[in-house]
Amino acid sequence: MSRSRRQFLADMAKGACGVGLLGVGLGGVARQQAQAVPAQALRPPAALDETEFLGACVRCGLCVEACPYDTLKLARLFDPVTTGTPYFKARAVPCEMCDDIPCVVACPSGALDQQMTDIDQARMGVAVLIDHETCLNYLGLRCDVCYRVCPLIDKAITLELQHNQRTGKHAMFLPTVHSDICTGCGKCEHACVLEEAAIKVVPRQLAKGELGHHYRLGWEEKAKAGNKSLIGERLTLPTRKPEGL
Amino acid sequence: MSRYPGQEARRKLGWWHAHRFLLLRRLSQLSVLGLFLLGPLAGVWILKGNLSSSLLLETIPLTDPLTLLQSLAAGHWPITTLWLGAAIVLAGYWLVGGRVFCSWVCPVNLIADAAAWLRGRLGLKGNGQFSRTTRYWLLAMVLVVPAVVGVMVWELVNPVSLVLRGLLFGMGAGWALLAAIFLFDLFVVERGWCGHLCPVGAFYGLVNRVGFVKIAANKRDQCSNCMDCYAVCPERQILRGPVHGAKRGFGPLIAAQECTNCGRCIDVCAEQVFEINVGFAIKAEKTENK
Repeated sequence: MSRSRRQFLADMAKGACGVGLLGVGLGGVARQQAQAVPAQALRPPAALDETEFLGACVRCGLCVEACPYDTLKLARLFDPVTTGTPYFKARAVPCEMCDDIPCVVACPSGALDQQMTDIDQARMGVAVLIDHETCLNYLGLRCDVCYRVCPLIDKAITLELQHNQRTGKHAMFLPTVHSDICTGCGKCEHACVLEEAAIKVVPRQLAKGELGHHYRLGWEEKAKAGNKSLIGERLTLPTRKPEGL
Repeated sequence: MSRYPGQEARRKLGWWHAHRFLLLRRLSQLSVLGLFLLGPLAGVWILKGNLSSSLLLETIPLTDPLTLLQSLAAGHWPITTLWLGAAIVLAGYWLVGGRVFCSWVCPVNLIADAAAWLRGRLGLKGNGQFSRTTRYWLLAMVLVVPAVVGVMVWELVNPVSLVLRGLLFGMGAGWALLAAIFLFDLFVVERGWCGHLCPVGAFYGLVNRVGFVKIAANKRDQCSNCMDCYAVCPERQILRGPVHGAKRGFGPLIAAQECTNCGRCIDVCAEQVFEINVGFAIKAEKTENK
């Protein structure tokens, strides 16, 4: 084998190994980032699921430039959110939920799904009253700000009444988020009067539990079956007694 | 003062003649940056978005074809806008030469050229050995890894898209990456980034395999062997055949896909050896490695 040929093969091998290592590194970081879903990753309306989104978004910033309220930002190198992808910080500037959804219209790649035309269908994240201990309403006061600013007031956030054990004679009006309606716009987090918001918007994957798919709720099944219980109304339980008694 | 490349051309043909392609190129690079920045800074939206994908005059979509390929590799089928944008960009570069992107548009070229210039002025000679084919391996990695992990991994660190995105939307730690490229080119490998590693350049090199605009050393018999063209060429390995390979059967056409059509060789040649050659579908030749 000639020297130049050997040199050539050595160079090829060096190149391939170096690049392979880099690829494994980058792939590992990307995978971890995609699966971990950072709590800061609040995406624009109509964004695909996080893992799909990271393969679809071309990091062009057209959604950011289309946003009339400067809500959206592009993540910078080494930010917790994947480099170059759009996100917003609800506490800083929440989504104003424009009717014409300019950010989605501007997206050239389909990472923001243009099939969605009703902003109320957006699921940017979900609000969670994450700290009961500091929420003024939980302390028995009537702050109600998160409830008042909610664009879907009385649907996405309701006030649920509960007896105030401390005073013994008042009611507590507990802000309660309904995740099937909440768009994750972040107006509640933005408006929360505390130094650090007690209600926060987080990516839905982080906030939501999921029932086992085989679970059936007895009362719902009963209503579906014309108010007839699927199992008999009364159960006859076996009597367990020591024999001979 | 010691002799610098292009000195002879400047004396013989005048300052403008010895710098015209360089200046036109800088004008082009800065115009691209300027047109993007004009939107957020002055509210004049000629180009919106960044080098990954943009909108020209609010109507014409433009997309980097390699970004689209990465998205495809990651398993996403983009909507028509992205395909259209990529087709327009691809057709454009195909007409003027694929790597025209590298030398006339890409903002990283400003950093790389600055490093190469400073390297020359400081007389830094030490040069790490690195194969120029590494970039093609990197290009393969850029397209294979997304297929495995479903994320466009290259866009995590791609300095080519990072510069404009950083200037428009916040640079953050991106400065460190750009500084690293500058220092790498300055101290470690001459023309290290653009000439050895950059997979975006490698991609546009593949686009450049068939081109309409090429540079040719048509009057190579006038060559005085001053080597100024080698000193300024970012891909000097491609000059050897066309300029000095007449006896070994090389034609005068600089047909290599690595040529960026920067035109700097035309600038600095006092004997006016080089000319721009326009022809139909000139096929690129495979050049020797390194």
